[in-house]
Amino acid sequence: MVSEPNAVIAVDIRKLTVKFGEFTAVDQVSLSVRKGEIFGFLGANGAGKTTTIRVLCGLLVPTSGHVRVAGYAPEDGLEKIKTRVGYMSQRFTLYDDLTVAENLKFSGSLRGIVGRKLEQRIEELLEFVGFSRATGAFVKDLPGGIKQQVSLAASILHDPEIVFLDEPTSGVTPGARERFWKLIRELAGKGKTVFVTTHYMDEAEHCERIALMKDGKIIALDSPGGLKASTFRTPLLEILPSRKMAEGSWLPQLRAHPAVESIEPYGMRYHLVISDPARLGEVKAQIPPSFEISQTAPSLEDVFIRLVEAGFIK
Amino acid sequence: MKHCSIEVQSLKKKLGSNQAIDGISAVFAPGVLHGLIGPEGAGKTTLLRLLLGLLRPDEGSVQFISGGQVVDFGTVRPTIAYMPQQQSLYPDLSVSEHLDFFAALYEIPADLYREKRTELLHLTRLQPFQDRPAGQLSGGMYKKLGLMCSLLRSPEILLLDEPTNGVDPISRRELWTLLYRMREQGLLILVATAYMDEAERCGEVYLLNAGRILAQGEPKQLLEAEKVARFDELFLRKESDLGL
Repeated sequence: MVSEPNAVIAVDIRKLTVKFGEFTAVDQVSLSVRKGEIFGFLGANGAGKTTTIRVLCGLLVPTSGHVRVAGYAPEDGLEKIKTRVGYMSQRFTLYDDLTVAENLKFSGSLRGIVGRKLEQRIEELLEFVGFSRATGAFVKDLPGGIKQQVSLAASILHDPEIVFLDEPTSGVTPGARERFWKLIRELAGKGKTVFVTTHYMDEAEHCERIALMKDGKIIALDSPGGLKASTFRTPLLEILPSRKMAEGSWLPQLRAHPAVESIEPYGMRYHLVISDPARLGEVKAQIPPSFEISQTAPSLEDVFIRLVEAGFIK
Repeated sequence: MKHCSIEVQSLKKKLGSNQAIDGISAVFAPGVLHGLIGPEGAGKTTLLRLLLGLLRPDEGSVQFISGGQVVDFGTVRPTIAYMPQQQSLYPDLSVSEHLDFFAALYEIPADLYREKRTELLHLTRLQPFQDRPAGQLSGGMYKKLGLMCSLLRSPEILLLDEPTNGVDPISRRELWTLLYRMREQGLLILVATAYMDEAERCGEVYLLNAGRILAQGEPKQLLEAEKVARFDELFLRKESDLGL
């Protein structure tokens, strides 16, 4: 992968390998992430994402390979890395039975920030995330979207250069999700590097580039648009069956058609990939006339399923 | 106890100072995959718990109806399977041991159990992982094991609380395929989820927020009627309509 000549690299890993006994969790992974980039890190459960993130957060010493996080290598001491990274998970960044103020003071003191400096920093961050309630409120009484704002504030109190977000917007309202991504873009605009891990493809769409991991290796790395274009070179049809014929013989018949590469359920619809664009009309003629058919752009979910499951290779 | 429907009327429930359920009425028919869609705090879990008799309503009623008659809850209860959000499986027990354990717990006759076990392992594609301890399963497999344990009793009603939360897109799709199979067998299925895009996968959608139903209907008709492309947009619109 070629990076821009003058771009500052925030995360750089070369041939990173992590073994647990005989098991290779991360296998010769290389990637670099630009300062200020919003980078998505996807993969099936057990693909090696969490292990990679643990190395990047200074929680795990790699078996081999070169790692640099905000300029520091694990050999410089894991503590150096830890001070430069923040971590936020929608699920466990905050303590439910502490108040907002208590949570932030606790997070700050863990990072060695105290006194007037901590107070200033808390004030500044609560303003940045748009928190407008009483800081004496218990976290358990906050709606999901507000809790998420406070979690973000807690994870960047020590002004890290890189912040890791783990499914940051799962379970919040669509409005809160929009507001959150606006904050993240602002953060990136200030030069913070954002590393997002998620199973939620709507979240992945917000990333500038995405790495897809499978069995300890990176199998794809590109922008969301680039991934879609390179994974699907032939037309993708979206089929909406009439309600009465949602299930029926048309499905196995289409699947068996030589010009149909795959047909996958997609909500109440189906996504059909044509292997030979010249035979598009022929395939369409096989679809019952009462069905709605449209040619559509692939979603990241299509990309994920195709790359990870089908082992599709360009 | 075949083909029961659940009728919920003007249901209200307060948890502490929070009005978790604020006037919900609905009829959940059998053979339909019902989706309770909404963010954290919408009231999804509370509603499932009320249906299951784990919580008593402050106001309103939950009734089980079969052949036009109200059925006693004691009769219905053994036919309801519930998969909570936080599953209590045993990390040290293997997939196979879980099935044995739950079969014994539910007192399932040996021959029926053998049949059911083979069918479920096949359906979930967990056959190759029979000897793996639950603690070492991936997120998706863990959820499938939980679902499998709840299906051992051949339930008529299936209540699932966020079965796809934290699960990768492939396992997510597998879980939905499993649910479609169950629906074809005539089960009444209620799935709670915070993923708005999953609304499209349901037969009937109930968009929930703050303990109320914001919108209800067959997904395609609902989107068409509101002239929006996605459930995210529908949610945003309903939220602003109500001035929430």
